[in-house]
Amino acid sequence: MRDRETIGEGLARRGLSRRALLRYSAWLASLMALPPTASRVMAETLADKPRQPVIWLSFQECTGCTESLTRSFSPTLEDLIFDLISLDYHETLMAASGAPAEAAMEASREANKGKYVLVVDGSVATGLEGAYSTNAGKTNLATLAELAADAAAVLGVGTCAAFGGLPMADPNPTGAKSVGDIVKDKPVVNIPGCPPIPEAIAGTIAYFVTFGRLPDLDHLNRPMAFFGDSIHDRCYRRTFYDQGKFAKSFDDEGARKGWCLYELGCKGPVTWNACATLKWNAATSFPIQSGHGCLGCSEPGFWDRGGFYQPLSAAVMGNPALIGGAAVAAGAAFGAASAVQARKKRAAAQAAAKQAEEGRQG
Amino acid sequence: MTLLDFARGPAMNVAIAICVAGIVWRLVALLFLPRARDRSTRRPGAPWRVTAAATSILSHMKVAKGLGPVPRFAVWNAYAYHIGLFVIVFFFTQHILVWEGLVGLSWPGLPTGVITVASVITLAALVAALVRRVSSPILRLLSGFDDYFSWLLTTLPVLTGLLAQSHLFLRYDTMLALHILSVAAMLIWFPFGKLFHGVLVWVTRGRTGAFYGRRGVAI
Repeated sequence: MRDRETIGEGLARRGLSRRALLRYSAWLASLMALPPTASRVMAETLADKPRQPVIWLSFQECTGCTESLTRSFSPTLEDLIFDLISLDYHETLMAASGAPAEAAMEASREANKGKYVLVVDGSVATGLEGAYSTNAGKTNLATLAELAADAAAVLGVGTCAAFGGLPMADPNPTGAKSVGDIVKDKPVVNIPGCPPIPEAIAGTIAYFVTFGRLPDLDHLNRPMAFFGDSIHDRCYRRTFYDQGKFAKSFDDEGARKGWCLYELGCKGPVTWNACATLKWNAATSFPIQSGHGCLGCSEPGFWDRGGFYQPLSAAVMGNPALIGGAAVAAGAAFGAASAVQARKKRAAAQAAAKQAEEGRQG
Repeated sequence: MTLLDFARGPAMNVAIAICVAGIVWRLVALLFLPRARDRSTRRPGAPWRVTAAATSILSHMKVAKGLGPVPRFAVWNAYAYHIGLFVIVFFFTQHILVWEGLVGLSWPGLPTGVITVASVITLAALVAALVRRVSSPILRLLSGFDDYFSWLLTTLPVLTGLLAQSHLFLRYDTMLALHILSVAAMLIWFPFGKLFHGVLVWVTRGRTGAFYGRRGVAI
């Protein structure tokens, strides 16, 4: 006997037709660049599957990732929770708190051992054995180890979970690490971004529910469907880059004409994400469209890669004047030493020649 | 730290420091070498030494008369890649940003398409120069490690830059990192190998002009 209703049953109970499920699965399939036949497979599979149990843990984070998810327009958060997943634990979104909330998490873990998806947003504090970040009397480090052990897969949502994020920024006082640095015996999928694109979260979970496996990942364990192209390659301002037309400041003529923001520090060429195609807030806009360069927030260490407004091609110099001055001083010192040595050799040679001359005359 | 972060940061910092220190070292050592005083009498009507030096630098830039077709091609070919390198280094917007970061000066750049064409021409000219070097028995005899290594370190930045710009073979960030690392290698080698002719050519040709100008010899 099943203990959870299937997604198809749930949709029917809510008065949604099979056609609605087909539309939804077609949208998910297109989102992940799957072949057209995949949408039918997805629809049939999803209809017969129970909603995917999900436990969502929040560690060293700012709740921006959850805020992003709540602004998911297609599917909406409600669609996601009611149709696709069973969000069994999420500190920000769940009604319960305290001991009942922890009990709900424990119940889900027991009931869905080996089946649930563990979503983590926020980095894991490891300094002082994890004491920098605790919840319900346990360190995040311990909670992650416990829950990851019984998970089917782990999703690191947001750059903090995926790569350590802002808490890991130099000098990393809490010893922050990414989820992948801690969890080694389970598949970890990273969906970075500060915040991540909600469709990337929903799409990845939908893929896992449908096909029972994780989507194709890149070398940083990011789903290729969402992180397969750079922002630069899909940017509508790319043509200005190719023409060499760059805005010099945020309010000059070039900026008003929508020219490329490379000179203003845009990191689009080295940032792999779907912002330029999926965009944000119901595909309304994305940072570059709003007039600001890409910060590269879905890449590891984006906060420590030089200034946000420093052009990508410029060297990240510690202090050009200091390095240049020291180099000139060192070079001049070596050069002077070489010259002095040459003069000494010459003087010695001249003295020897003079002595020899005197010897011949004497 | 990613490869690109390493290239943009520590690698370029070290390379620039070594390059600057090396240039200053070699110039100071050279200019302060003990040398015999010029005891010749200045020829009446001889040009001012700076004028003579400048004239010599300019006259050495002319393509010499009487060259056969292959050597004449070699000279024009050298012009092609030297001018090409100049255009790429100083008029590609992304490179101007590097200069601006280093010395605080900026100037207008050329469209990327123009730079791409310049890069392809430069690359072709560099390959032609290598082909000539290895196909000529005399040049092959005269060539050593320094010649080939200097050629390699000049060509690699052009090649990797073109590939990065064209998004070919590797991811852009990887190719950009390789491009910056190849530039770093070139900068480190610059003061110590034959690439240093980029600095010494002005000194030697100017010095030659001043030397002969004092004696009333027009070159």
